[in-house]
Formats: sequence, structure tokens, C-alpha cells
Amino acid sequence: MYNFAYHRPSSVAEAAAALAAASEGKLLAGGMTLLPTMKQRLAQPSDLIDLGAIADMKGISTTGDGVRIGAMTTHASVASSAEVKAAIPALAHLAENIGDPQVRNRGTIGGSIANNDPAADYPAAVLALDATIQTNKRTIAADDFFTGMFETALEEGEIITAVSFPKPQKAAYAKFPNPASRYALVGVFVAQTASGVRVAVTGAAPCVFRASQIEQALAGNFSPSALDGLTIDSSGLNSDIHASPEYRAHLIGVMAKRAVAAAA
Amino acid sequence: MGAQGIGARVPRVEDQRFLTGRGRYTDDINRPHQTYAWILRSPHAHARIRSIDTSAAKSAPGVVAVFTGADMEVGSLPCGWQVTSKDGTPMKEPPHPPLARDYVRHVGDQVAVVIAETKAQARDAAELIEVDYEVLPAAVSIQAALAPDAPKVHQDLPDNVCYDWELGDKAKTEEAFANARHVVKLDIVQNRLIPNAIEPRAAVGDYDSGTGKYTLYTTSQNPHVIRLLMGAFVLNIPENKLRVVAPDVGGGFGSKIYHYAEEAIVTWAAGKVNRPVKWTAERSESFVADAHGRDHVTHAELAIDADGKFLGLRVSTLANMGAYLSTFAPSIPTYLYGPLMAGVYATPAIYVEVKAVFTHTTPVDAYRGAGRPEATYLLERIVTKAAKQLGIDEVELRRKNMVQPDMFPYQTPVLLQYDVGDYPGTMDAAVKAADWYGFAQRRKESEARGKLRGIGMSTYVEACGLAPSAVVGQLGARAGLYESANVRVHPTGSVSVYTGLHSHGQGHETVLAQIVHEYLGVPIENVTVVHGDTDDGQFGMGTYGSRSAPVGTAALVKALEKVVNKAKKIAAHLMEASEADIELKDGNFVIAGTDKSLPFAQVALAAYVPHNYPITELEPGLEGQAFYDPMNFSYPNGCHICEVEVDPETGKVDVVAMTSVDDVGRVLNPLIVEGQTHGGLTQGIGQALLEQCVFDEDGQLVTGSFMDYCMPRADDVPSYNSSTMAVMGASNPLQVKGVGESGTIGATPAVINAVLDALAPLGVEDIQMPASPHRVWQAIQAAKTPMAAE
Amino acid sequence: MPTVSMTVNGKAVSAEVEERTLLVSFLRDSLGLTGTHVGCDTSQCGACVVHVNGDSVKSCTMLAVQAEGANVTTIEGLASGEELHPVQKAFREHHGLQCGFCTPGMVMSAVDLLQKKKSPSEAEIREWLEGNICRCTGYHNIVKAIQAAAGAM
Repeated sequence: MYNFAYHRPSSVAEAAAALAAASEGKLLAGGMTLLPTMKQRLAQPSDLIDLGAIADMKGISTTGDGVRIGAMTTHASVASSAEVKAAIPALAHLAENIGDPQVRNRGTIGGSIANNDPAADYPAAVLALDATIQTNKRTIAADDFFTGMFETALEEGEIITAVSFPKPQKAAYAKFPNPASRYALVGVFVAQTASGVRVAVTGAAPCVFRASQIEQALAGNFSPSALDGLTIDSSGLNSDIHASPEYRAHLIGVMAKRAVAAAA
Repeated sequence: MGAQGIGARVPRVEDQRFLTGRGRYTDDINRPHQTYAWILRSPHAHARIRSIDTSAAKSAPGVVAVFTGADMEVGSLPCGWQVTSKDGTPMKEPPHPPLARDYVRHVGDQVAVVIAETKAQARDAAELIEVDYEVLPAAVSIQAALAPDAPKVHQDLPDNVCYDWELGDKAKTEEAFANARHVVKLDIVQNRLIPNAIEPRAAVGDYDSGTGKYTLYTTSQNPHVIRLLMGAFVLNIPENKLRVVAPDVGGGFGSKIYHYAEEAIVTWAAGKVNRPVKWTAERSESFVADAHGRDHVTHAELAIDADGKFLGLRVSTLANMGAYLSTFAPSIPTYLYGPLMAGVYATPAIYVEVKAVFTHTTPVDAYRGAGRPEATYLLERIVTKAAKQLGIDEVELRRKNMVQPDMFPYQTPVLLQYDVGDYPGTMDAAVKAADWYGFAQRRKESEARGKLRGIGMSTYVEACGLAPSAVVGQLGARAGLYESANVRVHPTGSVSVYTGLHSHGQGHETVLAQIVHEYLGVPIENVTVVHGDTDDGQFGMGTYGSRSAPVGTAALVKALEKVVNKAKKIAAHLMEASEADIELKDGNFVIAGTDKSLPFAQVALAAYVPHNYPITELEPGLEGQAFYDPMNFSYPNGCHICEVEVDPETGKVDVVAMTSVDDVGRVLNPLIVEGQTHGGLTQGIGQALLEQCVFDEDGQLVTGSFMDYCMPRADDVPSYNSSTMAVMGASNPLQVKGVGESGTIGATPAVINAVLDALAPLGVEDIQMPASPHRVWQAIQAAKTPMAAE
Repeated sequence: MPTVSMTVNGKAVSAEVEERTLLVSFLRDSLGLTGTHVGCDTSQCGACVVHVNGDSVKSCTMLAVQAEGANVTTIEGLASGEELHPVQKAFREHHGLQCGFCTPGMVMSAVDLLQKKKSPSEAEIREWLEGNICRCTGYHNIVKAIQAAAGAM
């Protein structure tokens, strides 16, 4: 790891100021991706701004139509949250299956979606549940947030402070893990929401995306059988030693069906 | 046996330190004024080094020295086994400099070393070294390396073939095939594996300019061998000036047998900078710089007569050596492979040919099982395939062809003479333990849940307990493979055992103490087993190839017998009895037929305080030392049965049951035997379903971390149904056969046979390892559309 | 260089470290607590697991400065004096370790599981251990040991 200057602000405003003052500053949330990347010397920030001491960014609260999760809330906290389990059990279930227990004890929702790893779990939930991302500057709709591989709508100096999830009528997440990394080889989050059926797919492509073909099929009939005979186009899907695009396309269909069957 | 003796289920004495964080591994060792080494490695699989500019690195903060291959004029890393080709010519044995000279030959090849005050400074400075590479095309796969216009791995050799070896009677085998009713054919790829002991390799070199003595602390399975190889062949340091210490070592599985460049580099550099030099591998380095395992491509054919009797087996294998010959690499696909082709079967004619090939990849050497899993895999796959092809129950086909219990000693057509075994007996025990014939019902239950269930079997016999020195010498080994032990009884009756073995998970500190207890009656708390330090013990060959029990304990028994014999003489003197009447029972010398007894400790004291002592006949002191050279290999054998469930939608394979029955001879400690078996089974399952080393066509390692190289985890494997059988008579004093590798050898074919059994209803007839979800799904798709290629 | 202060195994400690110092390096190199091991560089093997404020974390994926003010427990601090923790005892009794290298992380992870779940099923134990790789034992005896420890706690 290259060395850097370390900051541990106690408010979002201080964090923003530290970030603005740094030449190549990076925000440190749980560090589950950033620190390994820095250990491999693939990133060389001048400054690390550790968000771990900002109390405002942690915690889960029930809102009128769902839950609000502070950006620095760990996966373990989401997984065990009574509020999340009551409002959106699928979200708690997703959090419970991110990484391993030690990752869940450190990794945060804000860090995960800001990083937008193509195989991360949270982006699928954020997109399928039509969540809203709150930053220190504005709110961003899920549909506008994930813009590409490891890319988001976040602007320079912008810090995610919380994510608000409206409560769906039904939702579930089904993941087929990469055998080695246990990241999603394909993860499909299905949700019946106020604005209709939303289906988000992670792991399969360079960026999480909505599967409109599946959404349409489920719109009139939210049941696994509605997906019978559906063929997912493999073009644009990822190819690596663990899965071909064709296999990923197939798994999208299988995981979508399993998610629909499990949706509650 | 007593509560602590041979066969007792004794919890391990070494666990106290490991469970409380008091283990002492190489990276835990720090020497005063220590420096840190960072090794700059080749990013290319094949390149010519035009020049190296180290000037910026040398002036970087904290840097003590920077060395390249031009600075380090030492010997080549030696190879310990010479294989001779069919035509009588010796194998090609190109030089292997610890730091590359003109060419780099695999990604991770050592190019330069930076020595600095901290590890971070060394790594920072290494980035300032400018190497001007002329990048050259690489021969990455075996097939690519054998192509007529393949890039050469070693410029001075005519091509990339290391040797072209054969074993067995070719003419007799051809004749068997001419007479065959059935010929079963099989093509397999032995997937390349990366050993990944959880402790990364590390080495600390130290030099005492006052005495001229070097010390190397290293993660080794055999410190005495490292001292010999590095001292005699690479650095030209005599044994008395070189101490090698392998302290606690975090797993080996073969990968820590070899003498590696980094050991020579830190030892040599410690002398140059006159300060200790420490190097610890990052896991990413381990992936490219630890010797890999397996990596064969094989075509095999089995000739069978009208009655289902095996007539002949012919095997043609291409084996990957990687870029250089690792210490024991040439022996693995030859003498640890070909002689295993008889398996448990009385096949009368066998012919094996193996072509070993250099490629621009990390060197390949022994990995748990080493040659024997490769042989067993092809044999047990082809036997199961034969059963299905001929429509014969595979248990019965195996039984019909097995070496029967009354045929021992059995001379195979491929060098080995099996001493003892009951192959139908172990198979029947496994069939019963696994409820083989109740499988149909379980398959139905799985089907009801939408899963495809399959069952698969493998029998095996392995040759381990390496090995009779004269035999291996004839076969090309450049070492003896005896073992040694020294039993030192202290004045108050406590005991130190010095062994040439090395324990890196096997529990020697417990098992050897149990044997001492068995012979001397000394409680194991009063026995310390010393190993791993060339200055604190005597020469020995280390631990690998399941040799500790059959060879190492034999040396210990011989040494103990010397102690007992002398102690009896002393006891006879003290008890004023005839030596012939003295017995040692439960820690006391007794005179047969009387109630007179004398504690062992008093005899020990008399030996060191010889006031009342037969001083004219006996020297004072009580110590016994022995070297033991085995009479034969030992032949553990057994039968493993696996059941899998396949999710036909995703291709995911779950191992739902794994049964093993292993004849390991006398069990010294069942707790440890079970542990060895479980670990082996898991590595066997890993090869079958999860693990695969992948290089891209440029020779870059695609599976260079645990993110892509799939290690077996707790939820990938089931709890095991493991048991042992003991057919006594193995050719060593305790009649033990070894257990370190059997799990790995038997499991892999059993798993793949089970996967193929599960997929058979879909028309899938073959699958390559690892049977990953992706590959299983592809096989299912290909079977649906028979014309499509997989 | 910043000074970092925390409580490790019940003792207040303080040292100057480079910002880039990982918690595991602080424990091993600054404090000499070499029971916590490093087995990989991608946060997967779990040999480095320690407890920070009661939760298991991978100390190779946390900066020492991030643990400022925290309460850290390592394998060296698990036993109370001579008395082994029930998980340590059960690992010994059931031969849940061989080479011992993954063991500290494995034990610390298991302790965290059992403080969160009193009697986990075999499947729950195996899932929990996703972040701890053992190459020696095949996990069988580790699972048995954790089950036994659950009964004993």
C-alpha cells in the first residue's frame, strides 16, 4: 500500500471539506474493496477520509413508506434489523448473504453502492426497489444512479449519506454465487412495487441493469410460470472463466424464477 | 496399548500453542537489525532481459541493497531426480538461476531483489527498478509447447521436451489389445492445481560474520534436504556453516518440499549485507511462485476379454513441468505415476508412456498424492466407464479383476510388489457403509426435489512410505530416502526425541511421543519431539509422500529398541537378575515371574549417575540413535464412495455423502488418521469440483487469487463417513501404511464418477475437471444437442 | 506519523504507526502478537480474524488508525489465564486443527458465531465459515468442535 494522509472527520460537512482539500482524496467507508485495492497498489489516494466516526451516517429508521438506512450502516446491521425485516425482508436477506460474516461486520451499504461493483448485491436491491440515494448535495433516483462499471452518478465531492427504500408489496433476491469469490455470478432482485414490477440483475453485465423483458412478463402475472419459455439475450453479458454470457443469460432466467417463487 | 500408547485417541500436545497464538511460524521470527526483501518478479511469461537499471531503487529511502542475476553468481537450483528417456538419454536439465540472468520464463520468475529497512520501503523501491524486456511469444499449454514452431522455453535445448519415458511391456500390452473383446477408451485432463497452504512461504536469512555461519529460517517440509541442496549445489556452504530451521510450518501438501530461489536469495544476501534478511510471500506471489501440481493430458485404453477380465492397459500422458525443473518434478509423472497403473487390479499387461514438457508457466511438482491421484483418477474413471459400457455392475467388475487376498505378495507388471492387502474387503466395507445398493431409493427422493442424484466409486492402492533408497536410486533419485531418529533419555527419565521428519500439521509431536510411551512407559507429557532444526537433531529426509509413519516411526522404533536393550542391561545389574528375565512393562522393569520392579526413571538416573553400574561393560548415558531404510514401499488402499446431487437448472453439484474406508495398516492415533483423511478428501473434492489453475494464452495467471481460484470452503463439503480397516503385515516394524495422501487419491475419481452417474440420464458421458456449475451446465446443453460441440 | 491508541486484550496500547499500517501489522509487528496470521491479500482466508468491539473482522482489511479507541481481542486474549475458552478446548478435543495457521482466525470467527447464535446447525456453521479457509482439516472436525463448544458454553 502506498502511504496517504488520514482524516477521521466527525461530520459530513467536515468530510466534504477534507475531500475537497485533498488532491486525490478518497472516502473510506467499510474499506472492503478500497483497502484490498490499495494493498495491491492499484489505487494511490493522497488522502483517505474515514467516514467511520460520523454518527449521523449510521443507523436504520422507519419512514412513512419504508426504511432509511444510513450510508455507514454495516451489512450485519441491515441483516439483523427488525425494521428492515419487517418492512423489506428481502433486503435483510440480501444483506445477510453479502460476502462473509467479517465483511458484513465492516462493509457498508454506502460503500457498496458508491463502488458499484458489477457483481455486488446491494445495487440490485437499490434498483429493483426503486430506492432513493441521498447525498450531501441532493437525492438521486436509483434509475439514474448506476451509470456503468464502477461508475455512478456521484459527482466529485459528493458523499452518500443514506439510502431510502420504499416498502414493496413483494420482493425477493436470488443469487447464484461465483464459486471462488462468492460474489454474484448472477443475482436477480424482483420486486412488486407501487410503480409496477421491477427486476434488477447484478453480476451478469458490466453494470447492474433492469431486465425489462422479465418485468414485462411478470407485470400481468407475478408467478414463476410467467417466465416459462423466456429466453434471455446473452449479448452484452460478462464472460470469464466462471461463466459464459450464455450461461449467465440462462441463470438470469433461473434466478428470476426462484426469486419470484420466494417473493414475500 | 495404554491410554497414551499406540492406537490411543490422544489429543495433540502441539495444540496448546496453536490455539493460544503461541505457534512460531517463520514470519513470526524477527532477528536483530533485520532487513526486508522484496522480490521483483517478471510480469511476462517469456521475455529477454535487455538491461536492468537499479540506480533509482538503490537510492530510494531505506534501501540497503539491490541485487540482480548478474550480481548473484551462484549455482543453479538443483533437481533431485533424473529420469531417463526411452532412447536411453537423460532428461534435459536446464539451469535454474535463483535470479534470472538473460531470460524470464514464467510470470513470477525472480528478476531482482531489493533489501530495505522495511518491507514497504523494499516494495516501494522495487517499483523504481527499470527492466528493459524484449517480450517474446510464450508456450503456455502443453500442446502449444509441442507445436513444431513453438517458442522454446530454454534456448539451448532442441525443443521443449524434457524427457520421453516409458514403463511396462509394450509388446505384451499390444498383444493383450489384439486379443481383447472390448476396448474402453478415455481422454482426460488432469487439471492443474495450486497447493495454497494457508501459510505463505517465508524465509529469513542470517549471517554471523564472527563465526562465518549462515542460518536460514524457512517454511520447509524438510530442512535437512534444503541445507544439503542449497549448501552443496547453490551457495557452496558446508553443512557445519549452515543451519536451516523450519519452525512451525503452516501446511505443505508438497509445495514446501522444494528448494526455492527465495531461500537461496535471503541466505546469500544476508552474507552480502551482513544483516538478517527477511522475505515473506504475499499470497499473490504464492500463486505464481509456489510449485503447482498435476497438469496432465492423457489418453488411456483398457483391453477386456469376453468375461470382463482386464487384459491390458495402455496409457499415454503429456505432463507439464513448467518453466524449470522443480526439485522432484521429473519423478512425479513417472515413478510416482506409472507404477500405480495396476491399481488394485491384476491387469497382466500395462504400458505407460509419458512425455514431459517445458512451458512458460510456474514449475509443477508434487502436490498431495503426487502422481498417484493422477494414476488412480484415470484408472478408476476407465473402470467405471468399462462397467457402464459392458453393462456389468461396477462393484462386480472391480471384484472380478482385483488382486485377491491370497495373491500377496503380488508383483505388478509395473515395478511394484504389493506386500499385503484385502482389496475386496475394503470395497465391501465401503459398499456397506455407503449403502451402495440402497441408492435407488435416495435417487428417487432427490428426483422428487428436482435434483439429479449420482453415486460413484473409486478404489485405490498407493505406494508411499518413500522409499527404499537402493530402489529409488536405480530409478534416478539423487537422494536416499531413509529416516532417522535419536531417543535421548534424560537423567530423570524424561525423553527428547530428535527426528529427521518434519511436522506441519501431521501431529508428530503427539504420535512419536505415543510410540515412546508405548515402548518406555514414559508419559507423553515427559516426551518432547524435536524436529525442524538441522543444528538440533540429525540428518533426515523430512515429511512428504506419507512417509512419516511407515519410515519415520520405524527409525524411532529401532532407536527405542536400542534404548530398551541398554536399559534392560542396567536394570538387570541393579536388580541383580539375568538380563533375559527383565521385562519393561508400563514404565517399570520387572523380573519375570516375580513382583520385583524398578521404575524406568531410576534406571535412567543410574545411567547418568553410574555409581552402581556395570561400567566395564556399558558406557554411561541412555540414548539410542537409528537410521531406517525401508524394505519396500507401503501400500495403503481403500475404497471411496461419493454421492452427489446436481441441480439440473444451474449445474451446481453438491456432495451429499462421502464414504471412505481406508486400509492404513496399524492406526497410531485414530484422531489424527481421521483428520488426515478428512483433509485429503476435501482436497480430492476440490480438484474434482472446484479448483483449477488457469493461464491465459500470454501466460498470465487468471486464477491469481482466492477471488478466482476456488478453494474448498466449509459449505462446499459434507461431513464425512470415514473409517479404517487394518490389514496387518506392512513391511515395517509397526506395520503402518501411511495416511497423508489416501483421501486425495480416492476422492477425486469417486466424485466425478458420481457426477457422471447423476448426469447419465441426460445423456452426458464425459466431463472434465473441475465439474464447475458452468461446465456441468454446458455438458447438459451439449447432450441436449448432440451435434453441438461442448 | 500518527499515534494510535486502543485496548488490546484488555490492555491499553499506544504506538506511532504509518497511516498505511494495517491492524494486523500493528498487532504483529508493533505489539508482537504474532498469533494473528496473514494468509492472503484479498481478504478471503480469514487467518487474520480478530474481534473489534466484540465483532469478528479481518484485521488485514482494516487500518490500525481505524481501530483508534477500539477494544480489540486477539487469539492471545481469548483464554482466561490458564483456562482455555470453550471453543479452544473443543478444537483441541475434536482435532479441529492441524498445521495451526488458520486456527486463530477460525477460532475467533467461531467465537463470534456462538456469541450471536447459541446453537447453530451444521449448515449454519458451514455458512458462517465462508470467510475462513482451512487447507488441512477438511472442516469436518472444525464443525464438530464448534457444535461441541456450543453445547459447552
